[in-house]
Formats: sequence, C-alpha cells, structure tokens
Amino acid sequence: MMNAAGLPLWAALLTSFFLLLGATVTLIGCIGLIRLRTFYERIHAPTMGTSLGAGSIVLASIIFFSVLDSRPVLHEVLIAVFVTVTTPVTLMLLSRAALYRDHTDDSRKLPRSRDQD
Amino acid sequence: MTRLLPYPLLALSLFLMWLLLNGVSAGQLLLGAAVAFGATWAMRALDPSKPRIRRWRVAAILFAGVFVDIIKSNFDAARIILLRSGRARPALVHVPLALRDPTGLAVLACILTCMPGTAWIEYNATSRELLMHVLDAEAEEYWGDLVKQRYERPLREIFE
Repeated sequence: MMNAAGLPLWAALLTSFFLLLGATVTLIGCIGLIRLRTFYERIHAPTMGTSLGAGSIVLASIIFFSVLDSRPVLHEVLIAVFVTVTTPVTLMLLSRAALYRDHTDDSRKLPRSRDQD
Repeated sequence: MTRLLPYPLLALSLFLMWLLLNGVSAGQLLLGAAVAFGATWAMRALDPSKPRIRRWRVAAILFAGVFVDIIKSNFDAARIILLRSGRARPALVHVPLALRDPTGLAVLACILTCMPGTAWIEYNATSRELLMHVLDAEAEEYWGDLVKQRYERPLREIFE
C-alpha cells in the first residue's frame, strides 16, 4: 500500500510541486522572521507557513495518499481547519502583549487608542 | 428538531470530522452520529452562543474570495521579505467596524490572521474599532475599505 513507486507520473509531479511550494513558502516565512525589523512586522512572516505553506503540504498529502489508495483520503483537511481556527488565539495573545508593553513604554510610534486620549 | 438537536451545525461538524478521521462505513456512520449527538448534548451544559448562518451562498462566495486573497497576500509578503528593496511600509491601521456579531468578529479575526499581509491586533468593543497591523500600507483608506467592503459586508449579511 505504501509503495510510492506505484504512483503515476502526473500524481508524482503534482505532489512534488505542492510539497516544494509549501516548503518554499514556509522557508520564506522563516527568513522573514529574521529579516523584518519590528515585532509587528515579524508577526506577519510565520503566517505564510500557517496559510499557504501548510495548505500546500496538506494538498500534496491528499493527492499522494488518495492516488496511492485509489480512494479519497481527506482527513488532512482537518489539519488546515484547526490551524486556521487556532492561530488567531496565539497571535492576538502575542500582539496584545506587545501593544501593552509599548503603551507602558510610552512609545511615540504607536497610534494612541481612542479611549486613552 | 431544535429540541432534539440543540446545535445542529456543531453536530454536523462533529459527524463530518468523525467520518473524515475514521472512513465511511455503516458502523462508523452510526458511531459518528452517536458521538455527534452525545457531544452536542454535553455542550448544552456550557451554553455556547448559537450563530445562525443566514446566507450560505454569500458564505461560499466569501470563502472563495478569501482563498484567492490569501494566496495573493502570500506572494506579496514573499516579495517584501526577499527583496530588501521591497517597499514595505508597515503601519497600524484603525478600522471602525459595524459588525457586532461575536461569531462574525471571530471569523473576521481568522481571515485577517490567515493573511500574511494583515494581522489583527486589538478590537475595542466600546468604540467598536479594530486595530490591525499591515505589512505594506498602500494607503490607510485602502485597507479600511478592503476590510469593510470585502469581508465585513458579507459577514454582516451572513450572521446579522
């Protein structure tokens, strides 16, 4: 069942394409984490890995196992769903902590919330 | 129907998740239905808010639009990261929202978080204003309009 050599060429090409795309996008996101300068810019970079990066790898997995087993294998979709639904929680936690820190630092870079004026 | 199945959407999602994880067969259909039914009744004790999706068609269109936007936003972010000369002008943007439904706001948070170009920072429930950070601010109005026209309006149609 797990004989990857039995995979037809078109499926192998599609799988490789999406796998490489996902890996590349995730890598660029990681590079962005180092390259971008401020905290607020940096929170954007890992999102590439959780959106298009994870999505492409999930798609590659679906194609590979569906073709190999000759039946739809779709449980990877759940990974994409749960990643999408849970990332806002951690991201908001981090960004609000940063916002709180910058407010207490009295940073002039921040637009002041309207309720604090 | 509502008395028998207090949260039909939740039950349906659980049922589908069960089938995705375990495969479709007569036994799993039965077991999945039992689990979905039991878990939904257990959730009743927590009394979660009950969103009502009024327009499935709008939801489908919104989902497709978000899908395309996420891919576009990924390539924009990649360009900014890889080209040092990439004209990144990060900015914090205030967006006044008319959307009030908690589920709608949660979905909006998921959408904005999923896009590498935007990040949800804070929502002020009193002034009903969203603070978000954008990686490349073309113009403050551009992002405000994008959120309001492209996401907020369909979300209000769906949930309110």
